[in-house]
Amino acid sequence: MRHAELAIEVQPLPGAMPAFRASIQAGELRALCEQARSQKARLAALWGSDETVRGGGYALHLALAFRSGLLWLTAPLSREDPRYPGIADIYANANRMQRAAFDLVGIQAQDSPDSRKWLRHGAWPQDAFPLRKDFDIATRFPQGEDRYPFVKVEGEGVHEIPVGPVHAGTIEPGHFRFSIVGEKILRLEERLGYKHKGIEKRFETMTLEEGAKLAGRVSGDSTVAYAWAYAMAVEGATGTEPPLRSLALRGILLELERIANHLGDLGYLGNDVALSFGFFQFWRLKEILLRLNAQLFGHRYLMDVIVPGGVSRDLSRRETELLLDRLESIQGEAATLKAIYDEHAGTQDRFIMTGQVLPELAEKLGLTGLAGRASGIRHDLRVDYPIPPYQQVEPRMAEHTRGDVAARVSVRFEELFESVRLVQALATRLAPGEFRVPVADCRDGSCGLGWVEGWRGDVLIALDAAGANRIHRLHPHDPSWQNWPLLEHAVMGNIVPDFPLINKSFNLSYSGQDL
Amino acid sequence: MYQLLKQIVKTGIVTEPSPRADESLRQIEQRLGEVILTHFGRALAIRHVDAGSCNGCELEIHAMNGPHYNLERLGIKFVASPRHADLLLVTGPVSRHMESALLRTWEATPDPKLVVAIGDCGCTGGIFGENYASCGRVSNVIPVDVAVPGCPPTPTAIMQGILTAIATGKGK
Repeated sequence: MRHAELAIEVQPLPGAMPAFRASIQAGELRALCEQARSQKARLAALWGSDETVRGGGYALHLALAFRSGLLWLTAPLSREDPRYPGIADIYANANRMQRAAFDLVGIQAQDSPDSRKWLRHGAWPQDAFPLRKDFDIATRFPQGEDRYPFVKVEGEGVHEIPVGPVHAGTIEPGHFRFSIVGEKILRLEERLGYKHKGIEKRFETMTLEEGAKLAGRVSGDSTVAYAWAYAMAVEGATGTEPPLRSLALRGILLELERIANHLGDLGYLGNDVALSFGFFQFWRLKEILLRLNAQLFGHRYLMDVIVPGGVSRDLSRRETELLLDRLESIQGEAATLKAIYDEHAGTQDRFIMTGQVLPELAEKLGLTGLAGRASGIRHDLRVDYPIPPYQQVEPRMAEHTRGDVAARVSVRFEELFESVRLVQALATRLAPGEFRVPVADCRDGSCGLGWVEGWRGDVLIALDAAGANRIHRLHPHDPSWQNWPLLEHAVMGNIVPDFPLINKSFNLSYSGQDL
Repeated sequence: MYQLLKQIVKTGIVTEPSPRADESLRQIEQRLGEVILTHFGRALAIRHVDAGSCNGCELEIHAMNGPHYNLERLGIKFVASPRHADLLLVTGPVSRHMESALLRTWEATPDPKLVVAIGDCGCTGGIFGENYASCGRVSNVIPVDVAVPGCPPTPTAIMQGILTAIATGKGK
């Protein structure tokens, strides 16, 4: 069939989300990307794969988000010269993804202004590529030297503050290089990849069934979103139809994850402006919810509840009532706390105009998810592509344009209340029937996409299955890839002591992007 | 300000009221306080190091500082530098990119020191195991006194782990 926005032939991909797939030539890549960009399509992910076991060379993959759905483009690259024209000048956020694709698969973006390594530090040399099929997962190279040329800022009174990888609080590891003058931040450069632990390679040693558990641990705070995206991809690739009841339960689980994370963040955002009252109040509410999760679903963070084919646990009528009852009281208390935050002059003074990302910049650099919705980027998969169970309950999108810490706080509050409404709506519409069906077998080359609006933003899983229900290539994509570069911009001109607050207002995943 | 004070008064103390719902937690808390007093005088300073986790264990470490567990009232405090720490709380399989950072953090921690590895990954390497980018369990990189299993372990289990390390570890 013809693609609605790009004039190319595409194949519809089976699965829950509207998605299409097309094979293109590397030579067409830039023209297609320019066309996609002019149609306001977003770059959802970019990754590479090794197709030599299938008689090919390597391949570059792109996922572009159009109004009509997700378009998965694949450009085959030769075994001898796996290069392709870079697209970082068209989609700025392709930069780090292109560099990661080189580090892992050895496919190279030509004419790229930045070809420094990204995910590779010292664990493997630059001529070894872990995601190539001839690379044994157990290979242990001696720890190599790790030199990384940071951009130097020069001028009178400019100095650097290197922070990390081990941070001062309970935070994931990463390195931040601040160039400052006085207390003002002139530039921040991030360096990530410290948590790279071979997740994508590990998937290739697993069956589709085993992979579900790993998917739920790509970024623990988004375990539900990942588990759902993974299940959706497997169900698409195998032609499995999850029962309606399980879809409503998945919606409930995803919203519970959103509520828990927003509660936690709202607490920490209070804490970071010295309102420890906020921390203790919100973390009290979060703990109540976590205990409820454990009681109803057997896990405080809902790990492994969503599985391919449905969910592993049902919710009884009595449990549903308990859930709704507790949520109502959490909602009431959160509303009281919102009024307190809103009226607290000291808190608002720190929130407003701090760490601003204006809509124009957000659009240009591809900000996504929660942070995007605070900067005028009107996207939310639950609203843009209303598939079951969201179709029935009509989610409302949070929309702000000021792009500062205050706006990201407002988005969290609005989404928190909206998620409570969604859980209530989904719980009262729970269709009777099964909650899990067996997963069908799949054949070599079956593909599936999972795409879910997690609390941080859209989580994508692209699956290319191998025979015997194994995984040929699986790429999990965290929205943090898109948003980390914007944090560098958000802090410019702010004072160093506001960095923790700005960072927390984005609350990005290190593990999800380091893989 | 009125609303804020009203909310505080209304909330009261939620730090596991007496009689406590979770009996095991109560015992841990009491013993923990006593043991810390014996071994470290007034307080226990913890430095957390995420050596490659999925960030699930971090969620529970944060929860431990929340009002239900309220770790600080036991004299247990998270500190910003390993040079101020008595105990390292390490999460994750140790990624090879964090190997030297973890080792240097451990070396910077003054003796006598304790190490508690948190989570299935810290105990065994977990689902990630050992590979080209992962060293696996924490004890493959630094000596570990106590390993707390769970994915992630609950705040209660982590507190139990800290107690066990103090009671039996070489820090005494």
